Amino acid sequence: MNHTVTITINGVKHTREVEPRTLLASFIRDHVGLTGTNVGCDTSQCGACTVHVDGQAVKSCTVLAVQADGSSVTTIEGMAQGGKLHAVQQAFWDQHGLQCGYCTPGMIMSISYMLKQNPNASEEEIRHGLEGNICRCTGYQNIVKAALQAREALSN
Amino acid sequence: MFPANFDYYRAGSLAEAVDLLQKNPGAKVLAGGHSLVPAMKLRVAGPSALVDIGRIADLKGISLANGQLTIGALTTHAEVANSPLVKDNCGVLAQAAGQIGDQMIRNRGTIGGSLAHADPAADYPTVIRAVGAMITVFGPNGLRMINADSFFTDLFSTALADGEIITSVTVAAQDASTRGSYYKIPHPASGYAVVGACAIVSQADGVCSSVSVTVGGATANPVRCAGVESALIGKAANEANIAAAAAKTDESVNATMGDQYASSEYRNHLAAVAVKRALMAASA
Ligand SMILES: Cc1cc2nc3c(=O)[nH]c(=O)nc-3n(C[C@H](O)[C@H](O)[C@H](O)COP(=O)(O)OP(=O)(O)OC[C@H]3O[C@@H](n4cnc5c(N)ncnc54)[C@H](O)[C@@H]3O)c2cc1C
Ligand code: FES
Ligand code: FES
Repeated sequence: MNHTVTITINGVKHTREVEPRTLLASFIRDHVGLTGTNVGCDTSQCGACTVHVDGQAVKSCTVLAVQADGSSVTTIEGMAQGGKLHAVQQAFWDQHGLQCGYCTPGMIMSISYMLKQNPNASEEEIRHGLEGNICRCTGYQNIVKAALQAREALSN
Repeated sequence: MFPANFDYYRAGSLAEAVDLLQKNPGAKVLAGGHSLVPAMKLRVAGPSALVDIGRIADLKGISLANGQLTIGALTTHAEVANSPLVKDNCGVLAQAAGQIGDQMIRNRGTIGGSLAHADPAADYPTVIRAVGAMITVFGPNGLRMINADSFFTDLFSTALADGEIITSVTVAAQDASTRGSYYKIPHPASGYAVVGACAIVSQADGVCSSVSVTVGGATANPVRCAGVESALIGKAANEANIAAAAAKTDESVNATMGDQYASSEYRNHLAAVAVKRALMAASA
């Protein structure tokens, strides 16, 4: 039986009829059409699909849309405000924190959450904190540099 | 990747959840979904229905009363890892919870789900046995308590009867003379425990007055290492005594599992290493 699910994404309410097996990642991408959130592994490992559900970073390929009914979700499209990149996005730009860019939306959602939880995260904590996000291109160096720049920008 | 189709019910209360499970044979409980949903996507699990307990407020939260720390089944790994109450009264649980998966996994996965799933490579089962927790469950026949020592019955199998739901986990608050530590050797790709050891040590008058040691990851369910424990009780917690005690790990860790990453021999070796390190940290 289909269920009516309402999820607020980046401040806009979206109501859809979905099968219970619909994943939140699919709700966001296929039903609402916000394709910034990427699906990499589809097996809960890579973090490319990371979004914030009620302020918490989660892997949207491992959450059912019905579980997120009534929740407020932020995706990469909701990070820039008033035409200005979020500090973590700006830092990825400045530090060249990406190559192919596939992992980037998830990295940014993961890092922005991490820095909210721990605004003074050390470089080691940042490296360790990114264990749930896999990048096949960069070797992580510039991603960590970007996180460090964002940490400074956010604490000012 | 999608799971096969299923019916979905969101339970508003524990009684409703038990009722829904009884009315829907083939249904499974859904908590954080971080073991169940991946299994359903891979089609190694195919429940006909899910009963979502995720919003039952009674199953959430951490409390301390009469020297007992109680953690609701739906409490996430992140909540346990960051809880001052847990850190102060049974720090090893917070330490272990902080090592589960990654920050996103810890935001969704729950203690009840981890125990019910009984994955041999999971972290909580090992710690829960070492601290001597009681697991409270509610089902068609009402409430009952199951001792952690008899909760895990085989690979992915527990003493939970059909239709029973874990409601909370209770441990005795530890005083200042007791310290615990969990030492995990994670799989480099999955992050799950290849081997994990938990040690709880109480010291009085310069010697170990009580010792509890468990090893997980190596066997179907975590095992208690009685030989290690008795070798250390009454002795000073120094490196020589701990090394001698840890050498007895293989008396308890047998029928060790092997896979393409870690052979049973290697896991046996790691078990003794992890036991020694957990004991050293719990005695420091
Ligand atoms: C990428 C990844 C990495 C992980 N790494 C680790 C790790 O390093 N260490 C580790 O220990 N775990 C790890 N996990 C597993 C994670 O901790 C799971 O969250 C946990 O095992 C299950 O909890 P859940 O709430 O998500 O349960 P669910 O997936 O919702 O349920 C799991 C099982 O338990 C049953 N169940 C759930 N709650 C109850 C209840 N209250 N009463 C009765 N039955 C119940 C369900 O029916 C199902 O059979 C990892 C998971 C992922 C996806
Ligand atoms: S796509 Fe969700 S974790 Fe990889
Ligand atoms: S930039 Fe290509 S995967 Fe990270």
